Amino acid sequence: MNIFKKTILTIFASLFLTVSVSADSIRIGTEGAYPPWNAKDESGKLIGFEVELANWLCIYMGKECTIVEQDWDGMIPGLIMRKYDAIMAGMSITDERMKTINFSQGYADEVAQLAVMKGSSLEGMDTPSGINLSLGGSDVKSALKTLTGALAGKTVCVQTATIHQNFLESGDVGSVSIRTYKTQDEVNLDLTAGRCDAALAAAVAFTDYAEKSGKDVVLVGPTFSGGAFGNGVGVGIRKDDTDLLKSFNKAIDTARKQGKISELAIKWFGFDASM
Amino acid sequence: MGLLAYGDTGWGDELFFATLMTIAVAAAAIFIGFFLAAIFASFKLSKSKTLNLIGSFYTTVFRGVPELLVIYLFFFGSSGAVMYVARIFGYDGYIEVNAFLTGALSIGIISGAYSTEVFRGAIQSINKGQFEASQVLGFKKKIYYYKIIIPQMLRLALPNISNVWQITLKDTSLISVTGLVEIMRMSYVAAGSTRDPLFFYSFAAVLYLFLTFLSLKLFNKLENHYSKGY
Amino acid sequence: MIESLPRLLNATKVTIELTLLSLLFGIFVGVFFALLRTSKNRVFYFISYYYSYIFRGTPLLVQIFIIYFGLGQVEWIRESFLWILLKEPYSCAILAFTLNTGAYSSEIFRSAFETINKGVLEAAKGLGFNKLHIFFKIKLPIAIRQSLPAYGNEMILMLKGTSLASTVTLLDLTGVAKHIISTTFRPVEVFIVAGSIYLIMTFIIHNFIKYLEKKYSYE
Repeated sequence: MNIFKKTILTIFASLFLTVSVSADSIRIGTEGAYPPWNAKDESGKLIGFEVELANWLCIYMGKECTIVEQDWDGMIPGLIMRKYDAIMAGMSITDERMKTINFSQGYADEVAQLAVMKGSSLEGMDTPSGINLSLGGSDVKSALKTLTGALAGKTVCVQTATIHQNFLESGDVGSVSIRTYKTQDEVNLDLTAGRCDAALAAAVAFTDYAEKSGKDVVLVGPTFSGGAFGNGVGVGIRKDDTDLLKSFNKAIDTARKQGKISELAIKWFGFDASM
Repeated sequence: MGLLAYGDTGWGDELFFATLMTIAVAAAAIFIGFFLAAIFASFKLSKSKTLNLIGSFYTTVFRGVPELLVIYLFFFGSSGAVMYVARIFGYDGYIEVNAFLTGALSIGIISGAYSTEVFRGAIQSINKGQFEASQVLGFKKKIYYYKIIIPQMLRLALPNISNVWQITLKDTSLISVTGLVEIMRMSYVAAGSTRDPLFFYSFAAVLYLFLTFLSLKLFNKLENHYSKGY
Repeated sequence: MIESLPRLLNATKVTIELTLLSLLFGIFVGVFFALLRTSKNRVFYFISYYYSYIFRGTPLLVQIFIIYFGLGQVEWIRESFLWILLKEPYSCAILAFTLNTGAYSSEIFRSAFETINKGVLEAAKGLGFNKLHIFFKIKLPIAIRQSLPAYGNEMILMLKGTSLASTVTLLDLTGVAKHIISTTFRPVEVFIVAGSIYLIMTFIIHNFIKYLEKKYSYE
């Protein structure tokens, strides 16, 4: 009986609540497919670092929040169409995106890295452990040169419309063959299937996948930051919503001071990625 | 089979509700389609050249453009369009057209383009003499339509409506891209979460086969029922 | 919007290629299964029946996902010769489209074969034509003419179907349209341009079939 009631209610709700006018609450868009930043559990509930952080930020702002699920490729259009008022989806602050939307101050560092399957010829590349593209210098140049040589003729897989795709398309590592996917899950699947020679994403996305799937995914090459990789992950907000931007910045300040961001980062990433 | 457990540990309950959603959205879509088809079929059969043109434009566009594009267009455009209209009337807030309505409308408009052709064909095949006969018998035009034309049309159109229903049912899988949680979306999420795409997509295929099989049986029954007396 | 046109036109080539290759392979698959269907062997009949039933009873999206993402996860498939075909998204898409259009085509061809006048075949036999001759010179041409209108529809459906290639990383017309949107954030305009290109292609197919129907009409 319970099942039937739930069914009928679900159907009625979706049939009749066709047009919903937003109340005084803030709607936050997230992808729900980029663990450990944001993901979904077996009961279909949204979980992850950003989902918890979003709830805390709303508490600090004293506002009610609803978290809205949105596919990555429609994330920014969805914000502009006012489907939600803010984006918290592991979205890095980049100049490219700043042309269209605003960002709050960064709340976490996203470190990008290449991943391959164990035994790949790309293992053991001789590069520094991390490079910052904004700084430049001979270190960065030689590392990029090594990468260009190693990746020549290889297929590198990335999620579509990401900083990782932008970086590969920038020509910094020569002309690799890039394959773009709708979600990071799909990138992971094709990396393990052997369809990709390498994949590029947030390093934690790969370590999380390797741990949960038990597959031999290993990180190679330097960690990337700066340049096309932007300056950390922030809350995306429409250009004209300056008030909301201020309240988010203030709430992030509070969260940082109270150690909330560090606490959640350690819980979800295993290390303090707060900024 | 743990993957299909009912409750919080598996995907059984989620997939069950997703199947109901598929049925609901397909049913809503086909009725929206019938409604549109009634209008556009009459346009196509009308003596006015302009109306003919509008009717042809509708069926050509929505049978000629990929369903996926139509869905994307609605998904990205519907809220914007509704808000634009609302602004004309002085309302400047955010209005969301929910995923169900967006899905049902976009699939419905496509389904309607197919139904238009079915309705048109069915009406044309009805013997003209019947109209004259009913006039001689003094039937009013309205009664003539409801009592004579429509029942006959339905009988003639049933096999084709069955086809349109199958197309519509399968097209609903494409609205998964908008986030509406129907069979395909749920399988997509489950496949991503469990890293077992083969199992979940195959299971989705079985669910769709079950639905198409069931509807075929249902339509066969209806056809038998309505062809009594012929 | 104008800037995106060259990229969209370039991607149209991929769409056309996918459509033509799938249709070409699909015809062979379709004829093959149509013949199995008319065979007196029960096993052949059932194979053909269930092939067509399954591929027509499930959405193309499910089929392409099973072939690309599903089979890609099976280890023994990855170690077999099948992997040559299944490794690349392009060949996976072609495979899925071919099997799909093959199922619909087999139904179209089957009913076309069934409508061939028995008398014609008797006459041909009487004139001493051999079996192969009858098939290629009489049965097949009649069946092709018979199935033109329905097959024209199937061609348009396949053209539209190729838009699903974008879900397995291919950059066809729909894939590139989505790609442009994710960087320009102007969805409606780009989709309208892409939609118009598809419409032009359906228009061409539609008229091509009409032309063929006229050319090969019996009158």
